Amino acid sequence: MATATVENINKGRSKIHPQKFALIIGCASMMMMFVAFTSALIVRQAQGNWLEFNFPSIFNYSTIVIVVSSLTMHGAYFAFTRGSEFFYKALLITTAILGMVFIYLQYQGWLEMNADGIFLDGNPSGSFVYVITASHAGHLLAGISTIIMALLHAFILPYKVTPRRKHRFQLVVWFWHFVDFLWLYLFVLFLAAY
Amino acid sequence: MADTGTITAPQKYNEETLIEELGYDDHFHDHHHGDKYQSSFIFHYIFSMDHKMIARQFLITGMFWAVIGGLMSLVFRLQLGFPEESMAWLKPILGGWITVNEAGIGTLAPEFYYALVTMHGTIIVFFVLTAGLSGTFSNLLIPLQLGARDMASPFLNMLSYWFFFSAGVVMFLSLFLSTGPFSGGWTAYPPLSALPQASTGSGAGMTMWSFSMVLFVVSVLLGGINYITTVLNLRTKGMSLWRMPLTIWAFFVTAIIGLLSFPVLVSGILLLILDRELGTSFYLSEIFIGGSALDHVGGSPILYQHLFWFLGHPEVYIIILPAMGIVSEVLSVHARKPIFGYKAMVYSILAIAFLSFIVWAHHMFMSGVNPFISNFFVIFTLIIAVPSAVKVFNWIATLFGGNIRFTAACLFGIGFVSMFISGGLTGIFLGNSAIDVQLHDTYFVVAHFHIVMGIAAFFGMYAGVYHWFPKMYGRLMNETLGRIHFWGTLVGAYAIFWPMHYIGMAGVPRRYYSFDNFQAFAHFDMINKFITVAAIIVFALQVLFLINFFYSIWNGKKLTTKNPWKASTLEWTTPINPGHGNWPGRIPTVQRWPYDYGKGGNDYISQITPEQEWEREYDEAH
Repeated sequence: MATATVENINKGRSKIHPQKFALIIGCASMMMMFVAFTSALIVRQAQGNWLEFNFPSIFNYSTIVIVVSSLTMHGAYFAFTRGSEFFYKALLITTAILGMVFIYLQYQGWLEMNADGIFLDGNPSGSFVYVITASHAGHLLAGISTIIMALLHAFILPYKVTPRRKHRFQLVVWFWHFVDFLWLYLFVLFLAAY
Repeated sequence: MADTGTITAPQKYNEETLIEELGYDDHFHDHHHGDKYQSSFIFHYIFSMDHKMIARQFLITGMFWAVIGGLMSLVFRLQLGFPEESMAWLKPILGGWITVNEAGIGTLAPEFYYALVTMHGTIIVFFVLTAGLSGTFSNLLIPLQLGARDMASPFLNMLSYWFFFSAGVVMFLSLFLSTGPFSGGWTAYPPLSALPQASTGSGAGMTMWSFSMVLFVVSVLLGGINYITTVLNLRTKGMSLWRMPLTIWAFFVTAIIGLLSFPVLVSGILLLILDRELGTSFYLSEIFIGGSALDHVGGSPILYQHLFWFLGHPEVYIIILPAMGIVSEVLSVHARKPIFGYKAMVYSILAIAFLSFIVWAHHMFMSGVNPFISNFFVIFTLIIAVPSAVKVFNWIATLFGGNIRFTAACLFGIGFVSMFISGGLTGIFLGNSAIDVQLHDTYFVVAHFHIVMGIAAFFGMYAGVYHWFPKMYGRLMNETLGRIHFWGTLVGAYAIFWPMHYIGMAGVPRRYYSFDNFQAFAHFDMINKFITVAAIIVFALQVLFLINFFYSIWNGKKLTTKNPWKASTLEWTTPINPGHGNWPGRIPTVQRWPYDYGKGGNDYISQITPEQEWEREYDEAH
């Protein structure tokens, strides 16, 4: 009903779909939340009394995992549009698994920090890493839940490339790329700060 | 060339036939939808997804909060104006917050005074002037003035209202806590907000405050995503960006500001919650409380202030820009003149929006910010005076020589300009860090921001309510009561806040519960009494407005024409009581900009009227 209205209005126009546009704007506002966290980190670091510690090396691996997952995600989308049902499903599952592996690696990273005596409630230098990575993991979990929705579509619905399914899949792909890009931004910043 | 207007263009066309001939068919009624969720009471009035219903929900919820916030200000004004009088008569309402001694004299508990001030600020800033103003009019006008059937996502729109409602429920419940609502100021600075033991309200009250604010931010973000998407994607044919009414420009830019600044508040509050609940040290350091140092190490309370004011300053433009847009539209319609300097108005909105992000630290001149960094913020703060002055000049130029109809809506529009000038000028004082150090913690600041963003925004809101009430309810509000409401409020508002400038310059500090122990301020007691009496009268006048509003919903004069104000924008081409989808048949297409008033001798030319041949000559000649 509601979406029908939107699609009617947009019929015959080359404009970007409103839902996609809304997703981009939503991502911009999520980005601002992390910009706030990271600016707070930079400002706080400049004030001194800042505990230096070894940034967990496991985050390097999680970075590789999430970059690869973005590639497999895009591969799944290409396979979907080009009519390759097997690769579509296989790559989508791979992406979901890589996403979960990423969360697991982040958890290992927190354990590594914990083992080094860097706790959530210690010097803010450690707290920032916990808070920022956990907030990112929250967004990534939201991304995984959208992939699960896409998986349900892939395995329950008969395989068929329709504009509507393409559009829905694109929303999932775009959001996944966003959380991937977000992590790269955070990772580079962590490397610079620690 | 002034006589070229003898050809009377609009009469040739009938608006009905114009929409039929030039409108485009989006097959809206070929599909079976829409009325499904309008058919029952619950989905029509409560979980509505129709933007017009959601707008009314925002407005009436905003009114509820305005009454609560206003009554709170009366209670603390009574304390300030008449500290010796007994408040025992408030005992039935305020309960334990009034302590009555053996002689029967009731006094307001000092902690509750601070809770009242805090809640008054939080409620009016966020629930009334953000949700009640931008939520109401963005929802009502964006689809109607752009020629859209509804918002981009009616479902998210409904969620936006219900998140706002839930935020309100949490905040309302916090008023009934035995320890009271949060009482550390609406800005919730740590350590008062970060330490549960700091004051009575800092425990459960603060927990509920932060939870409520997070819900509120979700509401603003969902709303904002919708507003921006609708403006950029769902405009009807011919509605280019430069043909949008200034209201839409204002709501659009407001939504962008909100979307970029509110997430920063969430970050700030999230770190605050972690400091409170999990013992992190973002804002708390080893300060001494009750003789011993806290466990926290290395936190910086200034960090919170940066994060808070990065939202907080754009927030004042989130409040004032919609009011500016409404006033631009209302003044143009009721002065029967095109808005003066349309593009300058748009560019000044954009300039204000940009500058709003780089001036936040002017709220922190007293917080120990480096004076050299302060200079940067001083300069950009003062530059805001430029686009603001452009807007004021254009409003006055729009009124100048106009055939002004002094309706209640128009009067409130003019009142807005007056308030904005009065409050804006004192902003130039306060923007200078050197003067701000003297004035910051006095009533001068209270007077400044109440006039420029409190009263002015309320005036913009009233102008909008009186102007668009016919569109909301198909009836008119009582004009006589509206004018009494305006003149009383205008005089009364100046009576409240003008004297505050004097006592502020004399150094009377704000936030004080009582001045009994300060001989230096004793001779201001008459001024304080005067302010309190004026505040009570002004509040009574707002009750008059509410009576007028609710009486008119059911008993106001019924509209006999679709376009009572003879305005040229699209919302007045819809039926008197537009159903779901706004236009019963085709969607109108837009042929011209929205401010063709008095062109070539025509009173107004609707946006749906195509350009006439005489106009080409006329435009060249003018």
